[in-house]
Amino acid sequence: MEPPNVPDTYDLIVLGSGPGGYVAAIRAAQLGLKTAIVERELLGGICLNWGCIPTKALLRSAEVFHYMQHAKDYGLVANQISADLEAVVKRSRGVAKQLNQGVTHLMKKNKIDVHMGDGKLTGKGKLSVTKDGKTTELTARNIIVATGARARDLPFAKADGKRIWTYRHAMTPPEMPTKLLVVGSGAIGIEFASFYRDMGADVTVVEMLDRLVPVEDADVSAFLEKAVKKQGMTTMTGAGVEKLEVSPDGVKASIKGKDGKTVAQEFSHVIVAIGIVPNTENIGLEALGVKTDRGHIVTDGMCRTNVEGIYAIGDVTAPPWLAHKASHEGVIAAEAIAGKHPHAMDPKNIPGCTYCRPQIASVGLTEAKAKEAGYEVRVGNFPFIGNGKAIALGEPEGFVKTVFDAKTGELLGAHMIGAEVTELIQGYTVGKTGELTEAELMETVFPHPTLSEMMHESVLAAYGRALHI
Amino acid sequence: MPIELKMPALSPTMEEGTLAKWLVKEGDTVKSGDIMAEIETDKATMEFEAVDEGTIAKIVVPEGTDGVKVGAVIALIAGEGEDASAAASAPAPSPSPAKAGEGQAGKAGQGEGSAAPSPSPSQSAGADRAPPSPAKAGEGLEGRVKASPLARRMAEAKGIDLGALQGSGPGGRIVKADIEGAQPGAAPKVAAAPAAAPAPAPAPAAPAAPFETEIPHEAVKLSNMRKTIARRLTEAKSTIPHIYLTVDIRLDALLKLRGELNGALAARNVKLSVNDLLIKALAVALKQVPECNVSFTPDQLIKYSRADISVAVSIPGGLITPIVTNADGKGVAAISSEMHELASRAKDGKLQPHEYQGGTASLSNMGMFGIKQFEAVINPPQGMIMAIGAGEKRPYVVDDALQIATVMSATGSFDHRAIDGADGARLMKVFKELVEAPLGMVA
Repeated sequence: MEPPNVPDTYDLIVLGSGPGGYVAAIRAAQLGLKTAIVERELLGGICLNWGCIPTKALLRSAEVFHYMQHAKDYGLVANQISADLEAVVKRSRGVAKQLNQGVTHLMKKNKIDVHMGDGKLTGKGKLSVTKDGKTTELTARNIIVATGARARDLPFAKADGKRIWTYRHAMTPPEMPTKLLVVGSGAIGIEFASFYRDMGADVTVVEMLDRLVPVEDADVSAFLEKAVKKQGMTTMTGAGVEKLEVSPDGVKASIKGKDGKTVAQEFSHVIVAIGIVPNTENIGLEALGVKTDRGHIVTDGMCRTNVEGIYAIGDVTAPPWLAHKASHEGVIAAEAIAGKHPHAMDPKNIPGCTYCRPQIASVGLTEAKAKEAGYEVRVGNFPFIGNGKAIALGEPEGFVKTVFDAKTGELLGAHMIGAEVTELIQGYTVGKTGELTEAELMETVFPHPTLSEMMHESVLAAYGRALHI
Repeated sequence: MPIELKMPALSPTMEEGTLAKWLVKEGDTVKSGDIMAEIETDKATMEFEAVDEGTIAKIVVPEGTDGVKVGAVIALIAGEGEDASAAASAPAPSPSPAKAGEGQAGKAGQGEGSAAPSPSPSQSAGADRAPPSPAKAGEGLEGRVKASPLARRMAEAKGIDLGALQGSGPGGRIVKADIEGAQPGAAPKVAAAPAAAPAPAPAPAAPAAPFETEIPHEAVKLSNMRKTIARRLTEAKSTIPHIYLTVDIRLDALLKLRGELNGALAARNVKLSVNDLLIKALAVALKQVPECNVSFTPDQLIKYSRADISVAVSIPGGLITPIVTNADGKGVAAISSEMHELASRAKDGKLQPHEYQGGTASLSNMGMFGIKQFEAVINPPQGMIMAIGAGEKRPYVVDDALQIATVMSATGSFDHRAIDGADGARLMKVFKELVEAPLGMVA
């Protein structure tokens, strides 16, 4: 990439080109701001190079593999089925590369200057970019910090990429694990557990809290636990890994179970997915006095930090740490900088998707959280088995749960588990953002035959009106 | 189309009222001028006359409902040739509220008044929704209020008028957060805290927690009059910087004149009270010191060229201030008979709004209770009120000699934003002179 001609000053420099940063830059450019973006590694950041997108490519391979193994269920014959992990990973990298080039093109199209290198805030409106020992000084009226986050290490064992992996190693594995330990059952942990289980590994998931995917509704956790156990996965909830001893042949893990007893188990590999650490070091935040809370930058509804002219978006700020939250904040920040009056985001309207098998998707409050918040709730639940399309697909497992405020009819939350639910959740998100009540959702005509009909039925069920159950 | 009969604004300050009694029933034919209902306002019980002709198709708000917002639909009238039953089953009507400012005259009849939510009993949360209530503020091009379905439902349940809200959503759309931030007005059938004054008054207190005490007691629901008194006095004392000026006034000459006049007027069956003469004296004084015959508004000083005296009259359950209009131009006999008639109707709750709303200054007399002296609260938007104490025999120095004289103390409360101390003092001086030499005012 040609180094751009540096203008006297930019209206905006975005530090970090992940789904938050590059979207912020595009929106700013659309609004006529002279914009630059600084990236130390690959345009598109973790999301499309090492996160969301390549994992979806991996999981798609695992899914197809799973269907091939069950070809008979569909009246098809498939013999001598096997997986080629190297080819699967190669496909995943190809997908990431294609999208990385897509972002490069988007930057060019929107006339956004791309500065490759390590960016650091050196003063108010000042930012230096260092690449191969050469430093370029840039100035800007506004700076958006979008440096993201990285995997959190276990305090007693650093990921080495050989036997102990983070998501990043797990995405380009040196070899196929035979007996895999996944520490943490959040979205990343459970997705890799699901992938490697479908690819044939013996998988054990250890979760510190008392249920899998603990941020999800308890019904979803319970259903998932049953489903993955049926697939042959071992799950240990309320358990913690206390020690990892790496040997040339594998890893010996000491796991303290729910019963308080510690057992030692041998694994070929360990994936550590216990959370993230924001990338706030060495980018000059401290010197400028940018306020942080447990490492994450503190921002207001317009993504402003406590320092004028400095904004922050995405994983480097408060949760949820999701790509689409970062992108949306990018738009908000860019519009605020351009003098528009964007609307602050409501975290309760940010959906979450987990691509394990079965898939999980949700938005808003869980039933328990809604009750905790003092709502009198009406809960609807509709199972996949009652849906024609689900049966036709051969995917009769899962459910759609809805939680309403009994007083106002507000859709407080929706929680789904089952095939393709990640593609369904947007319907409820639109409804929540538009503040529809149960009445509009009931009045909406859902197409037949689709899985989305379950969304309708779940709403009807909450009011005792479900038709197909 | 059925004609929507709306809660009338029977007085400029009326924001809601109690539908005390229906005098017609569904199916009755009414013509213009027929009395259809009795409505209890903040001050009095009023009769509500029909303006349109037709058949009562549906009574929307049952009698005995209080907290009915001005502008809310209370009944439907089917016009000539219309089928009353069809009209009754027409979609629940929506009010077309308007924002009535304080002092903005509202005519009995249609429409004008403060904004109101649909008065129809709020329907249970469920698929069967009431149609959206249109309103004025925040209207889109099509004349509809942009509000989310959830916001609409919450507003209806809480009795909040969407038209009065500023939406914070995209394109000014009213969303849940706006409703949560809004103070509820009155929900249908629920007695509510006084509605927010149209002026940027301090936000009314949130519905108070139930008052609890172990002392044996009786809890009496606030009447509309009590609520109005509370609201207006709070407004006056918290927004008007009062200044108080007191004078002692010798009454002997006035009492002597009163005796003579009453003797002369006996044939006309008129008996002047001291108060009647004081009304006249205050009115004449205000004409002579026009700086005190004023109203303060945020950007204007209103200087009246006529003195209309509001006279505080105690009535069961509260007080009311009937007005002697143009008191400076009226003879004391006229003032006396007018006052007599106003006071007796006030005690029966039969005053018309124009008879107790307005006025350029007030007079409050507690002399009959033996109160020596007191400071009254200004009756906004007026600029002053005169508080009259008891006339009593006091040692009094006349020509450097101690004598006995009948003396009263009078204290003027002045809105110091509008009236300077010296002007207030001049008014007190003139008032004193007029009372002490009363021929000057009757002449």
